Amino acid sequence: MDWAQLWEIAVTPDNIPITALLFLVPFFTWYGLRQALANDRLIGQLEANPELAKTHHRKVQPYKPGWVKEVHVWPYLLRMEFLAVLVVTAILMVWSITLDAPLEEPANPNLTMNPAKAPWYFLGLQEMLVYFDPWMAGVVLPTLIIVGLMAIPYIDANPLGAGYYTFKQRKWAILTFCFGFLGLWVSMVIIGTFIRGPGWMWFWPGATWDHDRLIFEANRDLPDIFSITSRWGKGIFGALVTLLYVAVTGWGFHKLLTRPGFNRKIYERMNVFQYLTIQLLMILMMSLPAKMLAKLVFRIKYVWITPWFNI
Amino acid sequence: MPEKHELEKKGLSSLLDKEQIEASLQALKEKVKEDVRALKKPTKTDLFKSMFRVKHDETPRSRALGVLTNVFLHLHPAKVNRDAVAYNYTWGMGGITFYLFIVLTFTGALLMFYYHPSKIIAFRDILYLEHDVPFGKLLRNMHRWAAHLMIITVWLHMFRVFLTGSYKKPREFNWVVGVILLVLTLLLSFTGYLLPDDQLGFWAVTVGTGMARATPLLGHEGPFGPELGMTQFNDVRFALLGGSIVDSNALLRSYIWHCIAIPIIASTFMVVHFWRVRKDGGISGPSPVALESEIKPERKI
Repeated sequence: MDWAQLWEIAVTPDNIPITALLFLVPFFTWYGLRQALANDRLIGQLEANPELAKTHHRKVQPYKPGWVKEVHVWPYLLRMEFLAVLVVTAILMVWSITLDAPLEEPANPNLTMNPAKAPWYFLGLQEMLVYFDPWMAGVVLPTLIIVGLMAIPYIDANPLGAGYYTFKQRKWAILTFCFGFLGLWVSMVIIGTFIRGPGWMWFWPGATWDHDRLIFEANRDLPDIFSITSRWGKGIFGALVTLLYVAVTGWGFHKLLTRPGFNRKIYERMNVFQYLTIQLLMILMMSLPAKMLAKLVFRIKYVWITPWFNI
Repeated sequence: MPEKHELEKKGLSSLLDKEQIEASLQALKEKVKEDVRALKKPTKTDLFKSMFRVKHDETPRSRALGVLTNVFLHLHPAKVNRDAVAYNYTWGMGGITFYLFIVLTFTGALLMFYYHPSKIIAFRDILYLEHDVPFGKLLRNMHRWAAHLMIITVWLHMFRVFLTGSYKKPREFNWVVGVILLVLTLLLSFTGYLLPDDQLGFWAVTVGTGMARATPLLGHEGPFGPELGMTQFNDVRFALLGGSIVDSNALLRSYIWHCIAIPIIASTFMVVHFWRVRKDGGISGPSPVALESEIKPERKI
């Protein structure tokens, strides 16, 4: 265990935000879900007792008859904003006084940095480069992330859960988002920071970053495993496997979306475009963990090889 | 000459009655006293009234007007949901993000006084800033850390908006604007990364823009790029860098994107974002919970 190495990574000035992220993201996930569970308990009570539902103010926040539902912005909101500004300014001041922004040597095209890392917030994209070719990892998938995020309000056919924390009423949506945001994006940023060392090789936390380390690990392509060598064979085989992946994943999500019960009700509210967009985005999103599994566990680089592109 | 002087004195005093002078002096004294007394109530002065337009009393009306008639505060409604004021619903992340944007604009403008976007001098400007400019190091540190913090707060803001379902009707479009602002925030940070012209920024941008080579159709290493006549001197990466390598043109381009273009675009979207928050009914909650049994059948067009 090389504590010095781990410490060095954790306190590199530009990595401080990720070290902060390691605490902030779990904290706010807990903070949000705790309120969600409190609301869920209330929802459970109200659903079990329709009489109560008619009279209850339907919030977990305290309420007494006669209390005003709205308060003046001045001073009740503005003082909170002022307080937030003071706290943020104080944090920023202390941070800026105690930690210096990094400045390396002057830019030198002849001296490659190893590892050459993108800014931390793009490390997720850089990590994707391990699993996909640059046109996929650097262009297609980021575009799909942006488009997919924008599409969320239009494909979410669930009318419940607007304006309050809840898990029970939006299980599907919240689990999917958390999987994408926490399970893929934030985790890959953390992997890119703490685990990827020289040569973008995998170093477990605490392992020394050995610049001379060599890994004798032959990457294979899926057609090679089945001894398919001809160009046409590889193309057609890859297309079939990709199609199989799409079919299986799509079928799986269809099963999940149409499970009897609440999900089914939401499914019935969807129009055909919403359904197809969800399927498309889910299949593309799941292709990342699928390729991660293939690459990290089975050392498979490409599944589908054509003269123009490889996946 | 002294004779003439005396004459004038005499003439003047003969013109005015002594009592009259005393009376007018007394009146003047009174007036000054009164005016000074009035100064002790500054909110009653014309100067104050001209600036603030409305009276500041302890009345609900005056509290509301205090917000509504103030240009800096008028984005707020007069009143808000009493439960939205507590920290636990919004986490304050949107507001903090906006405050950090202001901090970044301010420190960024100050940094611009000391920086030339030229390959010859950019790095030396940073050294000068760090070692000779009073508080230069603090200035640069604040700009850098505020930028990193802003990315974290933007992510957490998005996370909160998702968890509270605040993107649902009627706020769908504002979520889209928010996603654009998220991307612009990342691009702002990324374009700033190159500006110190050090190894860190250079290689980060080399790696980052390297991906643009592989853009399908538009990159010279991307699928179907070469077939469409893309070379490294005419593809999308060339347009981003102003050259085939990260060099002086790339520095100038990222400077202009960073200091002028993206801030203007982002500010425009921010205006829309904040406007829409109000127009879509203000802060989304905490609203009363809805029950599954109450779902109304969907209206079809």
